[in-house]
Amino acid sequence: MKPSPFEYVKARSMDDVFNTLERHGDGAKILAGGQSLVPAMNLRMALPEVLIDINGLSDLGTIELDGDILRIGALARHAEVGESALVASHAPLLAEAVPYIAHRGIRNRGTFGGSLATADPASELPACALALAANINLASRQEKRKVAATDFFKDIYETAIMENELLVSVDIPVKREGELYGFLEFMRRRGDYATAGLAAYASFDGDRVESMRLAFFGIGATAVLAPKTAESFIGRTIDQATIDNAVPKLNDELEILSDVHTSADVKRHLSCVLMTRVLSGMV
Amino acid sequence: MSGRVEITLTVNGETVRRTIEPRLNLVDFVREELGLTGAHAGCEQGACGACSLRVDGKVVRGCLMFAVQVDGADVETIEGLAQSGRADDLMAAFKRHNSLQCGFCTPGMLLTADELLSTADHSSRAEIRDFISGNYCRCTGYQAIVDAIEDVQAKRGG
Amino acid sequence: MRLKTFRQSGVAEGMDGRIGRLEKRPGLIGSDVQRRDVDRLLRGRGSYVDDIKLARMVHVHFLRSPYAHARIVSIQTEEAKKAPGVVRIVTGNELAEVITPWVGVLGHMASMKSAEQSALAIDKVCWQGEPVAAIVAESRAQAEDAAELIEVDYDPLPVVADKANALDADSPVIHEQLGDNLCYERKENVGDVDKAFQEAHAVVEEVFDIGRHTAVTLEPRSILADFNPGDRKLTVHLSSQVPHMMQYLFAKHLGLPEADVRVRVPDMGGGFGLKIHIYGDEMATAALSMMLERPVKHIADRTESFVSDTHARDHQVRARLAVDADGRFMAWEVDDLCGAGAYSVYPRGSVNESKQVLNLTGGPYATENYRGRARVVFQNKPMLGQYRAVGHPIVCSVTEGMVDRAAHALGLDPADIRRRNFIPEDAYPYKRPAGPVLERLSQHASLEKLLSMMDYPSLRNEQSRLREKNVYRGIGLASYIEMSNPSSATYGVGGAPITSQDGCVVRLNAQGSVTCAVGVTEIGQGARTMIGQIVATVLGVGMEDVTVLLGDTEVTPYGGGNWGSRGAGISGEAAYLAAGSLRENLLSAAGVLLQCDPAKLRLEGKAVVDEDSGEARMTIAELAYTVYFRSDLFPKSFQPELVASRHYAQKALDGVATNGIQGSYLEVDIDTGFVSLLGHWLVHDCGTVINPAIVNEQLRGAVVQGLGGALGEECLYSSEGQLMNGTLAEYLVPMAAEMPDIEIALISTPTETSSLGAKGAAEAGAAGAPAATMNAINDAIQPLGGRVAAQPFTPERILRALNKIGG
Repeated sequence: MKPSPFEYVKARSMDDVFNTLERHGDGAKILAGGQSLVPAMNLRMALPEVLIDINGLSDLGTIELDGDILRIGALARHAEVGESALVASHAPLLAEAVPYIAHRGIRNRGTFGGSLATADPASELPACALALAANINLASRQEKRKVAATDFFKDIYETAIMENELLVSVDIPVKREGELYGFLEFMRRRGDYATAGLAAYASFDGDRVESMRLAFFGIGATAVLAPKTAESFIGRTIDQATIDNAVPKLNDELEILSDVHTSADVKRHLSCVLMTRVLSGMV
Repeated sequence: MSGRVEITLTVNGETVRRTIEPRLNLVDFVREELGLTGAHAGCEQGACGACSLRVDGKVVRGCLMFAVQVDGADVETIEGLAQSGRADDLMAAFKRHNSLQCGFCTPGMLLTADELLSTADHSSRAEIRDFISGNYCRCTGYQAIVDAIEDVQAKRGG
Repeated sequence: MRLKTFRQSGVAEGMDGRIGRLEKRPGLIGSDVQRRDVDRLLRGRGSYVDDIKLARMVHVHFLRSPYAHARIVSIQTEEAKKAPGVVRIVTGNELAEVITPWVGVLGHMASMKSAEQSALAIDKVCWQGEPVAAIVAESRAQAEDAAELIEVDYDPLPVVADKANALDADSPVIHEQLGDNLCYERKENVGDVDKAFQEAHAVVEEVFDIGRHTAVTLEPRSILADFNPGDRKLTVHLSSQVPHMMQYLFAKHLGLPEADVRVRVPDMGGGFGLKIHIYGDEMATAALSMMLERPVKHIADRTESFVSDTHARDHQVRARLAVDADGRFMAWEVDDLCGAGAYSVYPRGSVNESKQVLNLTGGPYATENYRGRARVVFQNKPMLGQYRAVGHPIVCSVTEGMVDRAAHALGLDPADIRRRNFIPEDAYPYKRPAGPVLERLSQHASLEKLLSMMDYPSLRNEQSRLREKNVYRGIGLASYIEMSNPSSATYGVGGAPITSQDGCVVRLNAQGSVTCAVGVTEIGQGARTMIGQIVATVLGVGMEDVTVLLGDTEVTPYGGGNWGSRGAGISGEAAYLAAGSLRENLLSAAGVLLQCDPAKLRLEGKAVVDEDSGEARMTIAELAYTVYFRSDLFPKSFQPELVASRHYAQKALDGVATNGIQGSYLEVDIDTGFVSLLGHWLVHDCGTVINPAIVNEQLRGAVVQGLGGALGEECLYSSEGQLMNGTLAEYLVPMAAEMPDIEIALISTPTETSSLGAKGAAEAGAAGAPAATMNAINDAIQPLGGRVAAQPFTPERILRALNKIGG
């Protein structure tokens, strides 16, 4: 199918973006990489009146280090994130996750900010943002605000972004010495959305866990943390005993939705396998 | 106003100017407006890769970009790649290994393979399979495609 | 882990003197000739239907039913007709005035019934996706815009979604005039089945489920119909495997003389059986071109493909096998239930899969006692059609699954139990109890070849070694027979206008080139090259000298096109005979010019050659030149004929059986249920091999289609008859990363039914791959007490088989 007609606005400045957003409200959609929006438009499931193309706003595409923050611009392409030396050294979890995002042709075009703003529950980056305790920078004409990843993902395809706002960048605390991460995804075919996946992050005091974030994706309405399960590791080492102890907690904690291919029961089971494997293999 | 928009771009080295509807996607643009029918619309969902095109040096899904977005860009299609001679060895290897049957996926597959060969030093068979796994081929079962890419890689000294 | 990437090539084993008997030397037959017709495709210069643009061409889009079963109360098109770019909007009744209806039954299938079907739904829709209105506009996008303005008032009806309930007394009846939802039933009872089961040492039982698939050709169904009111001729550019059948049926149902319908197949992006059926939207497109007197194009988009293309499989088979103490099979019993969709597809019918299940279960094994029942039922889903290896994947899954169950019950090695039960070498021709006569199979040789290719003993060692480390690998074998070279017994005798014969016309041109027109079509399988090799071999010319014309009813002799693995066996034979006839003509003419006995001459190296000395007497080009421009050099009484034609129909058997065996090696992650394919092997016997490389790639592609069905592909329907995964992101076709390398060997037992000896090759890969995969998975997980028999073998199903999921 072909998309419904729409008006196209090529944004030359942030003002262009804000003007158009304010004029059209909900009828306007931001076009970044378009790798989720355009398929929805091709199915006539997304019917924007106005498409605001922000690809010309090259300031939004930078990946930079700002003190102990790694800032990834909304327009950074997945392929760029995957190949970035800054990302590899300061947020290696992302470098690990990016190859799981769709395929090369999609990664060449799809954007970091776009993936978070789309908030597909089965996509990789929202979970990474949760695991990395990222802050999402939003801007409107009136204000700039930071939203913690934990407050950002509201429901299926729903985020904290308001009608007049644009996601401009994402702040990620840089990886410190001794912090470990892990990433694993079960999918039927390479590049598919996840059957179930886990992005995990932990800091240690000696060999004891100081803090841990377990961010699951592909299992519910949003990518989701399992804080109670993570908390069971605090002050303890990660070993078979603590993992075994955590499995029933995880079983209780996760709210799981089935998808067309996989039942909630199986996703729950796979989530426990994910936790076991990821925590056993953290680097 | 969802009126028509004028765009100017380079396609296979030639400057092209057209006035188009914003909703016209890039693969339909090159096919319908320019008569470059090598890229095919296989799913219009970004899943099959048959519509692959190169925009500013990178392979993208032609069905997931609008033509208005490539104003000022440099677009290369399979016809351009063929004419450039840059992938002659790859095309010959596809022929030698029977890496195509119906040929509908082939332009996209070649562009993807070309990107792999030009960006990676050496890829294992598994890595080749991974790289082309966004391009659907119903006919070959993929092995002959992997063979051809591996063959070219070896001959190019990869 | 040893994974060879070694590729089998060259002439197949056993390809003895058959060709040699007929030709002095095999020439290009049996060699890996490269396809010359792919250069255009590689350079993006192919011409598929959607690449063709005609003056004043308009586009049609079909509004489709969102309901699986509903009455159409009203359709309001007034607003839509005013939309920009709209040329015409028609609904079912309007089209019924120009297209006669059809019924998809075959006369020789007793008890088969179906309902009358029209191009667009009238009064009632029977599946989600059935076309309801056609919107013609200047662009596809405008047609889609207008479709949104059409208001259809539906009155939803209860839905028959699950085939298991379709025959229940309280089930809604989809076509009330038929009385029930039974499309077809057949029963067979041969020998003394009850006695055999009573006396059996062991009886194994299983219920096999095979999910609903669809072919997913990368090029969707595509049609460009061009009616010229001047000469009242309809030219249809069509992505079709069967141009002559389509010509016949366009003429019949549109009320046109046959001579005024031309079906032309340009480059084609895959067929696999999807493109051999009548589709209402395609009939409507042709009719609209006549109504509008201008070209009308319809290219199915992917989402409508999923709900309007024919589907396949969708079987549940209950099977029992009685085995004696030595592991010999005593009796088979099968009960097949198949969901055919809303209508039996026209004109081939939707029961052929079930026919094959009954005909061929028990496969290549000696069988005396056999009982079977097949029932095909209607349900509110798209029609079931013929998809690559029609029925054979089901036959093979059931048969080979049962064989492994029997081996397990008796503690026999799977290879050994097969050896014990294969039809003995001296028993051919062998009549299957409820099925066809099998000409000659090479199962024993195929099995031994496969085991040696796989290095079966060392795989078994590796398997047991790894099991100690809690790594669960499995080895699966699957023997198969695959019917090919069909006779008119398949369709013709049932009254369907589907020819099983093919014609070929071969012509020598003035500069020594050859033009060959033939009934097969090129759908990517390499038919053009295969035919060219045969003709070039017989005429002693090169591939570069031969132009092969196919896929055009105005140009080629009447032929069946592509179905039933008939290209090399039927069309190839016709080409072989036609070229042989032309050769005789050329030698006669040369004999007159050279004043020698034609029997002392042969064609070789583009020349007429002296049989004894091998000396070239004249080139074929010189001969052609002389015939065309210097008729004065021939006596008045002699007129050389430089065109020859022959037709060929296989009449000796219902079909010619091919055979082979596949092996799978895989690993099951028992915590996740995910399967990793580590290796796949295949030995196939298609008789005389024209082009081993092409055969190998056909087999590989078919194996991967089979693996798709085994592991991922399934049209998932809700209880309301709604397709839940109708996109390429959610219908899981195989992609490159998960597929294994496939090692292939060819064995050649040429068929005696033809002079060339070729049998089919393009479907066999799909026949055996699911069974080999199933057996390997079960081999891996059996130590843990699990077993799967429902395809696709999803992680979920494997985890449940392993009792890993509570509740």
